[in-house]
Amino acid sequence: MKTILWDTIEAGRIAFGALTANKARSALATLGIVIGVMTVVLMITIVSGLNDSFSTQLARIGSGTIYIQRFPWIIQDDFFIYRNRPRLTQKNYEDVKRYCQGASTITPYVDTMRPVAFKNESLGGVFLIGTDETYLETTDVMPEVGRFISRMDAIANRDVAVIGTTVAKELFGQHNPIGQKVRIGGFDYKIVGVLEEQGAMFGQSMDSQVIVPIGSMRKHFGRRRDLSIIVKAINPDEVEELKDELTGIMRRTRRLGPGEGDNFSINEQGQLMDMYTQITSGVYAAGIIIGGISLIVGGIGIMNIMLVSVTERTHEIGIRKALGARRSQILRQFLIESALICSFGGIIGIGLAWGGAKAINIYLPTSMSVPLAVAGMLFAAFVGVFFGIFPAAKAARLDPIVALRKE
Amino acid sequence: MSKNSTIITLKKVQKIYQIGEIEVPALLDINLNIRRGEYLAIMGPSGSGKSTLMNLIGCLDTVTSGEYWLEDEDVSKLTDNELAQIRNHRIGFIFQTFNLLPRANAFRNVELPLIYAGTTPGKRREKAISVLESVGLGDRVNHKPSELSGGQRQRVAIARALVNDPSIILADEPTGNLDSTTGEEILHLFEELHKQGNTMIVVTHEETVASRAARVVRLFDGKIVSDTRNDSNSQTDKSSTTDILARVKRKNIPEAG
Ligand SMILES: Nc1ncnc2c1ncn2[C@@H]1O[C@H](COP(=O)(O)OP(=O)(O)OP(=O)(O)O)[C@@H](O)[C@H]1O
Ligand SMILES: [Mg+2]
Repeated sequence: MKTILWDTIEAGRIAFGALTANKARSALATLGIVIGVMTVVLMITIVSGLNDSFSTQLARIGSGTIYIQRFPWIIQDDFFIYRNRPRLTQKNYEDVKRYCQGASTITPYVDTMRPVAFKNESLGGVFLIGTDETYLETTDVMPEVGRFISRMDAIANRDVAVIGTTVAKELFGQHNPIGQKVRIGGFDYKIVGVLEEQGAMFGQSMDSQVIVPIGSMRKHFGRRRDLSIIVKAINPDEVEELKDELTGIMRRTRRLGPGEGDNFSINEQGQLMDMYTQITSGVYAAGIIIGGISLIVGGIGIMNIMLVSVTERTHEIGIRKALGARRSQILRQFLIESALICSFGGIIGIGLAWGGAKAINIYLPTSMSVPLAVAGMLFAAFVGVFFGIFPAAKAARLDPIVALRKE
Repeated sequence: MSKNSTIITLKKVQKIYQIGEIEVPALLDINLNIRRGEYLAIMGPSGSGKSTLMNLIGCLDTVTSGEYWLEDEDVSKLTDNELAQIRNHRIGFIFQTFNLLPRANAFRNVELPLIYAGTTPGKRREKAISVLESVGLGDRVNHKPSELSGGQRQRVAIARALVNDPSIILADEPTGNLDSTTGEEILHLFEELHKQGNTMIVVTHEETVASRAARVVRLFDGKIVSDTRNDSNSQTDKSSTTDILARVKRKNIPEAG
């Protein structure tokens, strides 16, 4: 046991000596490993970064929340199939509200884009949402200052507004916006609250928005707006049952015959997650394949360089054998040498991937995990051992006297 | 084992090299007994099979037919690993071309057999340095072969051959690449080793070298043609500086065939 340990240390020392004697060649030989390890490690780092950010964003939608809408979130076939669907109406909303058993909250929702102005300041591209007081329950928004729109605001179609932090900052700066009047698309609204900062979701800022009572929005900006119905399940585990129930209610209220397909969509977070997993697993697979190919090419490069090394050092091998080196000892020496070259490439590859992750971190939160770095190293070493087997076996099998004669 | 017991026995040994279709006989019907503590010279013209014989004795090569007994082991029946073990523990081989690792210093070269024997680094260092000192290279431990003279290189090789306390020391033309003075130094060292009780087998072209041995075996075309004892020599050799000088002079006198 002890002998094997010393052997291994010795082999490492010999291998290290051989490598440093051929620095440039070793470095070139390991290029494929560098690229392979870098690709795989960086890819895994990016995808896990994407996963984290995507699932935190998705979590906002909430897993027990269902959206009844005109169009599906993910359109896999031609859009024209959906084009002629009727909009969701107030009546649809009322029917859902009347008949649905599995829902804890049902919220009407319309949105559009309108400019918002205060005195001489104007802000374009603001997301205008019309809803009622139940919006607080179906989504996770909370007012930071002031209050949300109330039941009375909604019933009376009052012209009051709750604004996002971006709107507050752009129009009011340090001043308190509560109680001030803003002009939204040409109509005066009184600000009653400012929402908590929400950040971006799928690249879209959630803070450049204004929420007003849905009736007020219809009054000023048109009644024929496309409605969404947000339904929150009593029990998040029974989302599937709730979806079936909602489909039934919608089909009835729309008087769809047995042969007719749905002319509405029941959307929920899970679908996005599914699509996302599909896309990222594609990216993942591509990364692994590219990395794998470069590792194989790199491994073959290592094998080649090791074969050259064995040929060049045949005389040396002969000397070692003449002095009593066993086959296993020669084999180990060359395997360790090959593993060392590859680990060296692995370290460089991980270093580059780390740098790459740092650079990407500006756009997407990514950080390379220590276990991943260690796994990358070990894998590189494994590639070295695997592709070193053939040259090492060739060295180990050399006949001492034949090897000694080679100069 | 008694001092004069047989250490090497060759019985009807043949070595035939196969080059494609052609068989090249290098050794034919070699019968030879060598005793523990003997100082034996193997002589013969070029191509007579001296190196081939040495390589067989040194377990670097295997016989085509016949038997080779080393102490009480039939070498022809041993596995690869067992042969490596014998080369490592029982045989010290000294080559004409030294065969040192060029990138390793004297110490690293000498410790090689100890590495393959599984000796710990501390012991290795201690032993390698003491052997280097005993061959007069205590101050050249960290020199690489390229930084040493030919004689010094051969002394490193000798130290390496001795480091694992082998029972047999084999030298194939150890002075062939050295000038006569340094050659004498090496031969002097051999005599010291012989006096210490080592079994010495030396291949040489030169009568002056052979004359230092107690026994001379002559090969011709792969056969032993004579096996003689030099009673006057070796055992009683004083090996003083004057002796060495005398021999250097004698070497310049044309040899008798
Ligand atoms: N590897 C080999 N393959 C084929 N023939 C060989 C091989 N090695 C040696 N021989 C042949 O065997 C014979 C003996 O060679 P060997 O090297 O033993 O001679 P030697 O006595 O040591 O000669 P020298 O004094 O020149 O070193 C020669 O005819 C040589 O050509
Ligand atoms: Mg020879």
